[in-house]
Amino acid sequence: MQRIGVFVCHCGSNIAATVDVKKVAEMTLLEPGVVHAEDYQYMCSEAGQEKIIAAIKEKNLTGVVVCSCSPRMHETTFRKAAEKAGLNPYMVEIANIREHCSWIHKDMEEATEKAVILARAAIAKVNLNAPLKPGESRVTKRALIIGGGIAGIQTALDIADAGYEVDIVEKEPSIGGRMSQLDKTFPTLDCSACILTPKMVEASAHEKIHIHTYSEVEKVSGFVGDFTVDIRKKARYVDMDKCTGCGVCQEKCPSKKAASEFNRGLNTRSAIYTPFAQAIPNVPVIDTENCIKFKTGKCGVCSKVCQAGAIDYTQKDEIITEKYGAIVVATGFDTIKLDNYDEYAYNQSKDVITSLELERIMNAAGPTKGHLERLSDGKAPKEMVFVQCVGSRCSDDRGKPYCSKICCMYTAKHAMLIRDKYPDVNVTVFYIDVRTPGKNFDEFYRRAVEQYGVNYIKGQVGKVIPQPNGKLLVQGSDLLDNKQILKEADMVVLATAIEPNPGVRKIATMLTASIDTNNFLTEAHAKLRPVESPTAGIFLSGVCQGPKDIPETVAQAGAAAVKAIGLLAKDKLMTNPCTAQSDELLCNGCSTCANVCPYGAITYEERQVNDHGIRETRRLAVVNSALCQGCGACTVACPSGAMDLQGFSNRQILAEVDAICQ
Amino acid sequence: MSIEAKEEFRPKIVAFCCNWCSYAGADLAGSSRLGYPADVKIIRVPCSCRVNPMFILRAFEKGADGVIMCGCHPGDCHYSTGNYYARRRMTLLFSMLDYIGVENGRTRVEWVSAAEGVKFSTTMNEFVEKIRSLGKNVRLEDLRCRK
Amino acid sequence: MQEVINRAKELLADGTVARVLGWKAGDLPYNPEPAYFESVESLEDFVYNGFCGANLSKYMIEASKLEGKTMVCLKPCDTYSFNQLIKEHRVDRDKAYIVGVGCKGKLDIEKIRKQGVKGIESIKGAEITDEADNLTIQTLYGEKTCSYADAMLERCHVCKGKEHKIYDEIIGESKDTKDADRFTEVARIEAMSPEEKFAFFQKELSKCIRCNACRNVCPACSCRKCVFDSNKFDSAQKANVDSFEEKMFHIIRAFHVAGRCTDCGECSRVCPQGIPLHLFNRKFIKDINEFYGDFQAGEDTEARGPLTDFTFDDVEPGIVGERG
Repeated sequence: MQRIGVFVCHCGSNIAATVDVKKVAEMTLLEPGVVHAEDYQYMCSEAGQEKIIAAIKEKNLTGVVVCSCSPRMHETTFRKAAEKAGLNPYMVEIANIREHCSWIHKDMEEATEKAVILARAAIAKVNLNAPLKPGESRVTKRALIIGGGIAGIQTALDIADAGYEVDIVEKEPSIGGRMSQLDKTFPTLDCSACILTPKMVEASAHEKIHIHTYSEVEKVSGFVGDFTVDIRKKARYVDMDKCTGCGVCQEKCPSKKAASEFNRGLNTRSAIYTPFAQAIPNVPVIDTENCIKFKTGKCGVCSKVCQAGAIDYTQKDEIITEKYGAIVVATGFDTIKLDNYDEYAYNQSKDVITSLELERIMNAAGPTKGHLERLSDGKAPKEMVFVQCVGSRCSDDRGKPYCSKICCMYTAKHAMLIRDKYPDVNVTVFYIDVRTPGKNFDEFYRRAVEQYGVNYIKGQVGKVIPQPNGKLLVQGSDLLDNKQILKEADMVVLATAIEPNPGVRKIATMLTASIDTNNFLTEAHAKLRPVESPTAGIFLSGVCQGPKDIPETVAQAGAAAVKAIGLLAKDKLMTNPCTAQSDELLCNGCSTCANVCPYGAITYEERQVNDHGIRETRRLAVVNSALCQGCGACTVACPSGAMDLQGFSNRQILAEVDAICQ
Repeated sequence: MSIEAKEEFRPKIVAFCCNWCSYAGADLAGSSRLGYPADVKIIRVPCSCRVNPMFILRAFEKGADGVIMCGCHPGDCHYSTGNYYARRRMTLLFSMLDYIGVENGRTRVEWVSAAEGVKFSTTMNEFVEKIRSLGKNVRLEDLRCRK
Repeated sequence: MQEVINRAKELLADGTVARVLGWKAGDLPYNPEPAYFESVESLEDFVYNGFCGANLSKYMIEASKLEGKTMVCLKPCDTYSFNQLIKEHRVDRDKAYIVGVGCKGKLDIEKIRKQGVKGIESIKGAEITDEADNLTIQTLYGEKTCSYADAMLERCHVCKGKEHKIYDEIIGESKDTKDADRFTEVARIEAMSPEEKFAFFQKELSKCIRCNACRNVCPACSCRKCVFDSNKFDSAQKANVDSFEEKMFHIIRAFHVAGRCTDCGECSRVCPQGIPLHLFNRKFIKDINEFYGDFQAGEDTEARGPLTDFTFDDVEPGIVGERG
């Protein structure tokens, strides 16, 4: 029989206001095995932990139950406290009487009754707990960054500067990501490329950073500290080692009708191309869908003009396999498709554009060489209307429920830049709310309004109607003046909602990292562990975790790097001891368990056993505890019950069931 | 009035929640103060694939009125594939319970992610409501366990 | 039968096999029992007739541990069980010399008794080689006849076919005796109201005396130690009450063999209380077929079982309620 101590936390008034903590302590004393029970203001505090330590020592406790907040919060805290007192940390169980009780119930009697039952279940479990010892696993001192935008680059630089090898996998032909498409940045208005390209160069020149562009993660196996990743390096048809980046091939390529991805399809590019002038690596790729050589077999101009002989039409995709200790997801975002927003006439008029398209138009390397002009007729606009929250903060399923966060600021930036460069252009912004929290943000917005005379109208645009004269009729409402507005505009710019890169779900599945309904990766804790995924060894950098601007992205990228460095700096990791184990006297050797094991942790051995005097050689399941992650799939597949999970054994869970149904 | 209140049927409901998604979803429901009846008691398991049909039958045997299992959404399992196996197991088990005449609705599976505190709370409210309408479980309990 | 005996003698004599696993006559004309024969002489007691329903594949688990090969007589439906046991590494294919014996349907003495036949002294027409459509039964009260088909076990009316799925050689002709759909009864129960279903199973299972015959005969229930005998689940057998425990036992038993049960029907054949236990297994088989595609356990030795497999778009458990 265990000697169990029960510690009931008040959590200030968080628990004590709805649960009679004294009564819980009192009631648990009646449970089998319980020899000590007390309550305290804050069990997780130094003083609270001391109480646990003292009781373990004084009363020779062999098990501890803490009735407190979720084990996801403080299980580790209390396990460490128990360890300090010389008790095996796995002899501690938590009864979650805060998140699962006091916070959701109002009636004191009811909540107290439930808290007692939850405590009973934990006590019943501890009665069957056995000391567990974690194993050790090695750490591969190399990190993988998925995504080569500013988030990925910054994380890579920070990890590499700490002395660890880093691989960046970027699916596009160049690193740089969304930031490379931006013209200016708020609130300082400095040029995006001017601050990004030095970072790109730094990353590519860093001896510890290895960049795989035009590549995608194909397969991930393993676990924290020891991931094995297959990376598909798509065929570029250009030899990276030979190409000098002279650009002649792109000039001479006769197929120039492919939509430029970099310029958001606003102009065209050649079939052999680098996305933009400062691309890293400065080695083009051949887009086989548009290449005449690939389509018809004839052409081969690029190969003929290439002095370096770098063109290789026979190149094949290549799979490389590498081991990593940590993986950082930095897959970024894209703007949503506007097919659900027909009222803005985006698909009908060339002069209705997204903000990201405006960035390209404003950029000197863009489709109009930086001149603000209508894409329909090349005329300079006189009236511009900006529509905020297109697809953001949307209550139906046409758009996204969240705020895309960056739109208010970049619209102020656009408005300001236009008014600055073209003072004769009138700029009107329709908004629901203007949200400008951030250093120098509100000042920036006020400058747009006060200094640059941008006309902000609180209200939404209902419809944009292309007119026969080429203008756009904007129907909107002014909520402050309570009137309908009809306005003729030359261009309409939609602040289109951003969404996580559509490929991220597939990556999350490969990484077994959890992802929310909006396809943002979930943090391990919304407040306290914002750059870690709940899956150990997976870190989050940039917009893949939630909408954010460049400074926030860079800050988070650094934070993700620190977390990854913290992991890579370790030589060994303690492994979860809650792994499966097979009872060799019960095992049938039927292989059912191995069939459901996602980690290949179960193998079979012919072993000599002594089953109550019968000595025979049997085929037996053997669990490799370094590979086992403790899911328990095998335990249910096993018909004889030979396979059991330490820490969540059949008897332990049944004891909890019994205690609850008592 | 008070007598009536005391006689109100208070079902016993066991909820198995996987550690990575649904238990966290329940925590989020808690921290967001999204209430549901105290009749629901949660048991933490590493993954929905850890839930043995034996646990569910045992709960009924001991007098539970409803059993619900929550796990990560298919495709989002922390262990990649656990909930896929759990889905098949529970489908077959529930079908068998239905076959032997256990009222439909005493068992339920719901996929709740760590971000779905609202879904957790609504699911539990609905489930309790359903069990209340079904009344006490008499078809599966072991008479010896009745007090 | 003589052909099987002759072949067994040959195989024993030339040392191909060390023993023969077959049936020997019991104390009554209708209860032959599984038996080992280790010498040519002992084969005098060998019988094989319409009452040899016992599925011998499970015996091969123990026989696989013995020195030398065992000649085992398997009827077509038994070979499914044998395949399943190979898949689960429970029997050693190399230790078995499989003689696929012919089968024209096996007999159920209860069905004969139900026709009012009592005091049976001898039965004619049950021999495998008999062409007769009727059984001629000598009783204390005179000669009675009954049709062979009417006396067949339920499982033979839903025969899986006359093909042996695995064998070294085949002796004797087999007949496909299928004349009914195996899911008719399951579907009938499915269509009942919850109250009727409950009443039906309560009535059937209340007869259960937990003798474990069903478990012991089942080729899929081959665990070294059953969960109901172990302390791993605190589920070891307890005294009987007319309550949930029998249901728990039979549901879990059926669940443990779901996807592995070949529907050999032995559980129902041996139940001393006449509980139609196959209705549990068939319910799972029917569901598996409907939800995940047709699957026959023991069809081969490779296919992944439905419960150790999945697809990304499997039906949700909610389907049970939606189906109504």
